[in-house]
Amino acid sequence: MGFSKDQLLSQLQELEIDYSKYEHPPVLTVEEQAKYVSSSEGALSKNLFFKDKKHRYYIISAMVDTKVDIKVLSQRLGLGKGGIRMAPEEALAELLQVSLGCVTPFAVVNESARDVSLLLDQKFKNQTRFIFHPLSNDVSISLSTSGLDKFLQSIGRDPVYVDLEANANPVVGKDQPPDLAVYVPSNSVVVPELPNKTPSAQAPPKNVSAEKTKPVASPKPSKSTGNVKSVVQNSGLSVFKNPDKFVEEILDKTSALLLSEVKGENVEALAETLRKRLTSEFTHLAVMYKNIAYSEGFYAGTQCQPKRQ
Amino acid sequence: MEVDKKEEIASESSEEQVVNPWEVSAKDGGKIDYDKLIDQFGCQRLDESLIDRVERLTSRQPHVFLRRGVFFAHRDFDLVLDAYERGDKFYLYTGRGPSSEALHLGHLIPFMFTKYLQEAFKVPLVIQLTDDEKCMWKNLSVEESQRLARENAKDIIACGFDVTKTFIFSDFDYVGGAFYKNMVKVAKCVTLNKAMGIFGFSGEDHIGKLSFPPVQAVPSFPSSFPHLFPGKDKLRCLIPCAIDQDPYFRMTRDVAPRLGYSKPALIESTFFPALQAKNGKMSASDPNSAIYVTDTAKDIKNKINRYAFSGGQDSIEKHREIGANLEVDIPVKYLSFFLEDDAELEHIKKEYGEGRMLTGEVKKRLTEVLTEMVERHRMARAAVTDEMVDAFMAVRPLPNMFE
Repeated sequence: MGFSKDQLLSQLQELEIDYSKYEHPPVLTVEEQAKYVSSSEGALSKNLFFKDKKHRYYIISAMVDTKVDIKVLSQRLGLGKGGIRMAPEEALAELLQVSLGCVTPFAVVNESARDVSLLLDQKFKNQTRFIFHPLSNDVSISLSTSGLDKFLQSIGRDPVYVDLEANANPVVGKDQPPDLAVYVPSNSVVVPELPNKTPSAQAPPKNVSAEKTKPVASPKPSKSTGNVKSVVQNSGLSVFKNPDKFVEEILDKTSALLLSEVKGENVEALAETLRKRLTSEFTHLAVMYKNIAYSEGFYAGTQCQPKRQ
Repeated sequence: MEVDKKEEIASESSEEQVVNPWEVSAKDGGKIDYDKLIDQFGCQRLDESLIDRVERLTSRQPHVFLRRGVFFAHRDFDLVLDAYERGDKFYLYTGRGPSSEALHLGHLIPFMFTKYLQEAFKVPLVIQLTDDEKCMWKNLSVEESQRLARENAKDIIACGFDVTKTFIFSDFDYVGGAFYKNMVKVAKCVTLNKAMGIFGFSGEDHIGKLSFPPVQAVPSFPSSFPHLFPGKDKLRCLIPCAIDQDPYFRMTRDVAPRLGYSKPALIESTFFPALQAKNGKMSASDPNSAIYVTDTAKDIKNKINRYAFSGGQDSIEKHREIGANLEVDIPVKYLSFFLEDDAELEHIKKEYGEGRMLTGEVKKRLTEVLTEMVERHRMARAAVTDEMVDAFMAVRPLPNMFE
């Protein structure tokens, strides 16, 4: 069962963690939140929820003006460039049990999020107080780093602070292991993919995720085999349906081969340059290939004879 | 009602700059004043914060045209982004008036940008070929304008649109049914006087011209495409276009609420300057004012060397002393449109502006960039078959349009 904001707040009180609460209309973006909570109460945060290709999830909580470069982060985690991307909405609801616009470090209080890695911006330590949503985006609370740390420790987590802007051009290799790799979760999580939604259905009414009491908390092996298969099938298909995923797959394999066959300190840089320069070219080729295949199929369809009875 | 104070087209005077769908010229032989245009039209500047938002929402670097301010103005783009963040998607609508077979780089710009938008936001696209408009305005035969529409469609497809998310249509083929019903609804809301005020029509113009604006307006409404967006009447529309198309969509935005439809959003670009830098935009009627997609590498090199207006100084000594005039230099302007690498562009601007780099070098780099682009386009164009055009233009559902 997902933690509600009231349960969270009473937990904070029980732990004697000092916080200030601000209620406001539901907000979905930092810009909107800033209209209701002034920076004198604390530093606003931006909270991002990522997923990697092996279905491991990460919350990055940072100061609003800290630059979070997804590509750099991905490399520092040892996932190569483009190894992580924004997590889909379903994951938000299933794992963090919060709605859109509500990602917050506090979401890790849920059992369902126990394998989600939480990385906090080093710069928070310079602030006296900072601001998060306590599991609901119609409230914001401000508290100090020590308060947040105390809370995290109470649920068995070690608070992890990272300099998100350091190492802006990471060179990853045998002698220089990715510096954040240790924070990659050891377990991947299966989030059952929902069937294709129409745009109107995609607007997430907050009520839906709050009411969803489905215990996704621990995907037991027997239950998850079915899910794993469907996830694998879906992601397999999308590699062939989407030109950019297709090209990514090709470049992943090429880079991997290059890195394994050729030694030398310039090889990683070369692999990255290749990827950077070839992605757009290859995607263009892949789109043309897809268009031709579709057109041939389409034409064949127009010439198709009805089935003989 | 959308407020724009100066709806009348100042056609005769060279006192004011003229910007409308059929004429673009600057004031007194100078440059187009885009700030004044934004003010006059009543649209918004596309600022840094919006570009950052786009980067965040799409998890990729914003397109070079956004970074360099080529697409610089908008109407309601922020609302589209708000909705997108909430999970409400949108569709793209752009178009071309197929007046000639020869496309130049200026024509490709909205398509290059639209392709990026389609990929980055993963949304569907409708492309309108206004063969009827060209038939009327350029006095082409119906058959010729239809033929040109198909030819132009091939160049458009070569820009790299995904057939599973793109519907191309020509007015002569598609007008009718739900599309026509919306046209009539729009037409009922615009008086003759208003149309004359917005578009500069007069008593001498034939009635075909007067009845055209609704044709360009209704692709902004999802109900015009029942095979694509059944039941999605609230789906938003984003229109990337050059800013001279603004009058059509001011009218559309005015009419939309009265029909119970959402107002389409716009994202607008500056004009691509002519090689010789005469005021206004690249013109299809002067072959040396533009680089065409059919130009050979030799043609490109010649045109740039001979016709591209240079901001460099008359003599090398003077150039090394004062540096180039970047304001009027065409090669640097072109590079700012097409050179992807921000750092390299900055370097060139600095070195050239301070006199250490010569015009010849800048022109050489530009020739490389454009040749590569034109070559890539030519290759893609060669792969477009008539069957492919048929497929893109078939009235068919697009089941995976938001993936």
